[in-house]
Amino acid sequence: MSTADTTPETVAAEAPAERGELKRTMGRFNQWDTPWLNPKLIAGAIIIGIILLGGIVGRFVWNTDLAYTASSPLNLPPPGFVNTRGQEGTWDHPLGTENSGRDMLAVIILGAPNSFLIGVVAATVGMGIGIILGFTAGFLGGRVDEFIRLISDVTITIPSLMVLIVIQTLIRQVEIPTMAIMIAAFAWPSPTRLIRAQVLSMRESGYVQMAKLSGASTFDIMFREMMPNLIPYLFASFIGNATGAILAAVGLETLGLGPQRIPTLGGTIYDAIQAAALLRNMWWWWGIPTILLATMFIGLLLINLGFDEIANPRLRRSSQ
Amino acid sequence: MGPIPRNYLMRRLGIFFLTIFLAATIIWLIPRLAPGDPITAMIDRMTRTAGYVENSDVIIEGWKERFGLNDPLPVQYVRYLGNLVTLDFGYSLAYFPTTVSQLIAQALPWTLGLLLIAVTITFLIGNFLGAILAWTRTPRLVRYLIPLAMIFTSIPSILAALFLLYIFAFLLNWFPMLGSYELGVTPGLNLEFISSVIKHGTLPALSIILVSFGYWALGMRGMMITIEGEDYMHLARAKGLKSFYILYRYMVRNAILPQITAFAITLGTLVSGQILVEYIFAYKGMGTLIYDAIVNQDFAVIQGTSFILIVMTALAVLIIDLAYPLIDPRISHGGK
Repeated sequence: MSTADTTPETVAAEAPAERGELKRTMGRFNQWDTPWLNPKLIAGAIIIGIILLGGIVGRFVWNTDLAYTASSPLNLPPPGFVNTRGQEGTWDHPLGTENSGRDMLAVIILGAPNSFLIGVVAATVGMGIGIILGFTAGFLGGRVDEFIRLISDVTITIPSLMVLIVIQTLIRQVEIPTMAIMIAAFAWPSPTRLIRAQVLSMRESGYVQMAKLSGASTFDIMFREMMPNLIPYLFASFIGNATGAILAAVGLETLGLGPQRIPTLGGTIYDAIQAAALLRNMWWWWGIPTILLATMFIGLLLINLGFDEIANPRLRRSSQ
Repeated sequence: MGPIPRNYLMRRLGIFFLTIFLAATIIWLIPRLAPGDPITAMIDRMTRTAGYVENSDVIIEGWKERFGLNDPLPVQYVRYLGNLVTLDFGYSLAYFPTTVSQLIAQALPWTLGLLLIAVTITFLIGNFLGAILAWTRTPRLVRYLIPLAMIFTSIPSILAALFLLYIFAFLLNWFPMLGSYELGVTPGLNLEFISSVIKHGTLPALSIILVSFGYWALGMRGMMITIEGEDYMHLARAKGLKSFYILYRYMVRNAILPQITAFAITLGTLVSGQILVEYIFAYKGMGTLIYDAIVNQDFAVIQGTSFILIVMTALAVLIIDLAYPLIDPRISHGGK
């Protein structure tokens, strides 16, 4: 920040565009000029943060027992609107209620973190498998690499939703962890590929050769030397994976194959479709979870784009 | 170019068959891990609706024998694989005596048609937008508008479908709400049917296009930026070639080919997304078929449709992978 003050004459003489250029060059010495302070990343994190915080704080502020059937009057719109039967919404149910007497606000407070949780657990498990397989394949090479590449190529071609539908139709009663692990079973190939490719390109680089010469163990080279360089990629891949996992979970939920006992956003949309909420113009029933999910995905996209720019300075430069 | 090297071909074919084999095995194995058997489950359902089923033990035993459920599992497995090869998935429980293959034969053309049209449009729009996003001559306003439009990309197609359905079918009444053509229109090559199909297909196609064009645009932009730094770009500029000519001949043509490989990887997600969109619009394709089967507990249909969709996806990826080196001479098949 103080860098601009040190050379006032030069700055004033420069054309505006060049001044920006100078600032950027000088900014390298500025502690705030780190790629991690990426506006997209921050915006996305704020969006996701607000949704999660709403889920946590909401439990203390709002009575979540209202998320169960027959706890509230039926089909009430949000206050200020009138439903097809002429009933007006009240502030007792700020987001309205649906046709089995659940309060929408309570449903969302409980449902939003659930949908998110499935994604994060599935992505974490998938990522863990991906890191292990990717490093093994990239580092050991040969037969092992060939085999890992083969199974990840095979798994990535299978439209996972199809297999998940088959499984869920049979199990019917699922809890969040079961669902997350089943989704994770299809979430590992893309991190595996990404890490393998990065490890392959890094393996020949100077510092890894150096570490090898100095007698570092394979484990040390993998996790002490190479891993820190992979962190932005890993984050980007993790977010991408979580997005995919949430997408799969929402898909299953909207088909009525999600957890039955606890509210989820996708499950709410399923209920709304089943009850023809669209035709009855009960927009608050299907619309609110839809908008919330859409916002969640936008937040995840922004975080992902942010990490991409951190990992890939070329993108950063061209977007400015 | 030249002929495809044999070991590359073998590897791709191997992946293709392994995918199908793995998917078929998972689909077969999972019901057998779950407790109970389909016959008992069906009799249970009959008992629930009818109150009491006479001689149910005899019926169960008879049917088990008839369907070969008393044979050892390996025998059942081999028989199952044999049936798959002939695309015999058995009978639909809900629409008996229609076979699963017949149901799929009715639904598949709708799904394929919709997918093909939506994907083609998406590919064209996405690559075009990505190209002009990276081009230096593009007006500033456009450069800011496209990333804004790309926000849609992150939204799952099923959510986009709900919004489009509400706005354009329910509120504005521009498009029909459900189905793939109007009742009372006779399917065939007449104008009434075709226009009805287009009208019903617009919103489902739009929900897929809207949410996936940004993926292409982003990929294209990344590719263009990479090409921007190549030496031949400097040469082209130094030669004084027109900017648009450079964009088209030097950048787009080089950037678009790797996009095709990216397409192969995302195909699975695309198919899954479309299944859900079809279900929202009650479009007569595989999505609605699967949803009806879930509601009816029609497991044979779920198995059949899932298997066919997996095979179709794997086949498409195989074709892309094999054709790709023929389109792009820079690729050396990686078979050495």
